[in-house]
Amino acid sequence: VTGLETLAASSTDLLFSREQMAFTLGTHIVLACLGVAFPALTLIANYRGLKHNDADAMLLAQRWSKVIAVTFAVGAVTGTVLSFEMGLLWPGLLDQFGDVFGVPFAIEGIFFFLEAIFISIYLFGWKRLSGWAHFWTGVPVAICGIGGAFAVVTANSWMNQPGGFTLDSAGKVTEVNVGDVIFNGAMPYEVPHMILAAYIVTGFLVASVYAVGMLRGRRDRYHKVGFLIPFIVAAIASPIQFAVGDTAARAIAKDQPIKFAAMECVQTTSSDVTEYIYGRCTSDGVKGGIGIPGFDSFLVGWSTDTVVTGLDTVPPNDRPPANTMLHWAFDTMVGIGSAFIALGLWFAIAWWRRRDLPRSKWFMRAAAISGGLAIVAMESGWIVTEVGRQPWIVYEHLRTTDAATDAGGVPVMFAAIVVLYTVVGVATVLLLRAMARRWRERELSEQDVPYGPRSPRKEDRSA
Amino acid sequence: MSTADAVAVVLMIGVTLYAIFGGADFGAGFWDLIAGGDRRGERPRALIEHSIGPVWEANHVWLIFILVVSWTAFGVVFSSVMSTLFIPLALAALGIVLRGSGFAFRKVARTLRARRLAGAAFAISSVLTPFFLGTAIGAIAAERVPVGNAVGDPVSSWLNITGITIGVLLVVSCAYLAAVYLTVDARRFGDAEMERYFRVRAIGAAIVAGAVAFAGLFVLRANASYIYHGLTHDGLPLVIASAVFGLATLVLLIRGAPGLTRVLAAAAVAAVIWGWAVAQHPYLLPKVLTISQAAGAQGALVTVLVVFAVALVVVIPSLGLLYVLDQRSMLGEEGGSGAADRPD
Repeated sequence: VTGLETLAASSTDLLFSREQMAFTLGTHIVLACLGVAFPALTLIANYRGLKHNDADAMLLAQRWSKVIAVTFAVGAVTGTVLSFEMGLLWPGLLDQFGDVFGVPFAIEGIFFFLEAIFISIYLFGWKRLSGWAHFWTGVPVAICGIGGAFAVVTANSWMNQPGGFTLDSAGKVTEVNVGDVIFNGAMPYEVPHMILAAYIVTGFLVASVYAVGMLRGRRDRYHKVGFLIPFIVAAIASPIQFAVGDTAARAIAKDQPIKFAAMECVQTTSSDVTEYIYGRCTSDGVKGGIGIPGFDSFLVGWSTDTVVTGLDTVPPNDRPPANTMLHWAFDTMVGIGSAFIALGLWFAIAWWRRRDLPRSKWFMRAAAISGGLAIVAMESGWIVTEVGRQPWIVYEHLRTTDAATDAGGVPVMFAAIVVLYTVVGVATVLLLRAMARRWRERELSEQDVPYGPRSPRKEDRSA
Repeated sequence: MSTADAVAVVLMIGVTLYAIFGGADFGAGFWDLIAGGDRRGERPRALIEHSIGPVWEANHVWLIFILVVSWTAFGVVFSSVMSTLFIPLALAALGIVLRGSGFAFRKVARTLRARRLAGAAFAISSVLTPFFLGTAIGAIAAERVPVGNAVGDPVSSWLNITGITIGVLLVVSCAYLAAVYLTVDARRFGDAEMERYFRVRAIGAAIVAGAVAFAGLFVLRANASYIYHGLTHDGLPLVIASAVFGLATLVLLIRGAPGLTRVLAAAAVAAVIWGWAVAQHPYLLPKVLTISQAAGAQGALVTVLVVFAVALVVVIPSLGLLYVLDQRSMLGEEGGSGAADRPD
């Protein structure tokens, strides 16, 4: 066996490890978004239901909790897989940096614990707890969702801007400064970016369900409230997200210039760099796409004179792979994010003028696909940050190759997990759809409301 | 006691709590698996669903706690164990996905076919997951995990008599805890038939678990000399305590299983875990790596201790609230009556 063959074998295994991580993280992140933001939406509906005696909002809150019960369970177990994978796929990362990288996760443990406890109390407490007491058991869930996201994304941002540790000459961590680990350079923009993404994904995803219902003619008040609560939350978050994302991009141009160069396909360092929208990245520059001369430099430093670092400043094996994919992922995220702002404005204008939804069917059609698009945008963002960090697992400290497991079973586990997650994913969707169908069928036969005597409102909500 | 020792104690507390709470949730899956056909198994399955529904996710978090504390405080042990024991631990991870989603799906599925499929996924994985976790513990006990990235044998390190014995011991211990808890829960719900059903099974499981634990000692004597020596010396009082608690549980079960039975059953399991911890001290990987050799940087160890202290102040009372509400039957169907799918 030649050294070359060994190298080839190990790089295939590395590829499988990376693909498995991407697949499992990419799946979990959707459920994690729901875990962070769906309880908050439910609490808004619950609050309306209690405060304004809004039976539609109350019914929505109850049904959303039933959905959360499913998605939280699947999210909890797919999240556990990620914890296993830290060791199964990346033992080198934890061997060298476990005591640094683990710090935010240890903090996350507290949040996840409280989230799991109070979500159980909230989900199962509808019947026996009094209205407001029950509402308040849900509040820690929403807070801990944000806290947990903060902690986990802190760990990821640490991988991008590692700090807070001292190494000895052998590369072993000798000291950990917890504050500097948590408040690392990338944390201030990565954390809010992801928390807002969770609200945008969940908001548009839930809203799109009711948009589809309204397009199919179910234009009752129940559907309208079910649409408005999540849609307004996501629409408010979208422009804030744009500002945060823009700040992040400029920070990355400074902190991780090679990642930025790969995102924007900048081959050589210069000023007056053209901003390309899509197009194919080659070593001779971007082929195709729409070029805006000088605009990339302008975006980085508010002037076309700004010098943008090119990929040629580092040797080829220090550059991220799959340049075109990275570039497309970045453009797709920004494009969808911009479209969301337009969608929110469309709604805002109609609401400002007439206190009602836009009349156009095209608005509802756009809203109906916004959930799917939000997921695409978020996944694209993760591709940008994760693939863009390569070949490093800990930026400029540890290469992904050196962190990967030497165990031989990764391709088999990857295959098994793709099958399993596909089954679980399909089952989740089918079961939630069946649940919604049952709810429509029993609309007319419902007997009671949760906290007291039934209000006479059956007739205004026909299926 | 050094900081690293304190963290090791915290880790063992996490393991203990996961075993006596999360373990029982796995055990419930075992009883679900062997509850028989749709008609015969309907009532025990309904009790299991009702009993673990509100608590299993919170109990499950202890596993995450264990994983995170392990890699934060003892990263070299975590990476050595996870890479050498890739196969059983990957299977355990897959089992955890199947268990959790299967359980959640069965609750919301309404067609018989879907409920059967989801139930089977939940029940089978509830047995396989603790088995594979047990084989991993067996591999560590039998000194089959060397330091390094996948240095140990990927198969023979865990697929051996020690691994299998500990795997089986975990499965029967989980089943034993679950049967005891379900007996008391059945009484709380006023279901005398199910109380009898699970009491009989608890007695059976107690005897089997005791027998497997006893047989396990001989397996350890032949294959895990360091642990065996520890269990028969420093750890002996705890081994004896476990046997006494186990016997007392059995007596109480025969005498109608009062509420105290649960505490004693859990104590029997906890005593074994601490006996194992004492036996292994000062090693994390017996004869290979000690606690102090494996310990990460001081800042990380202190963080773990601080997090644990916060958990004591914040998480434990919250868990207590969950359990109290659950035990007082304040937690019913998800989503309340307005969203309920079937009449109550």
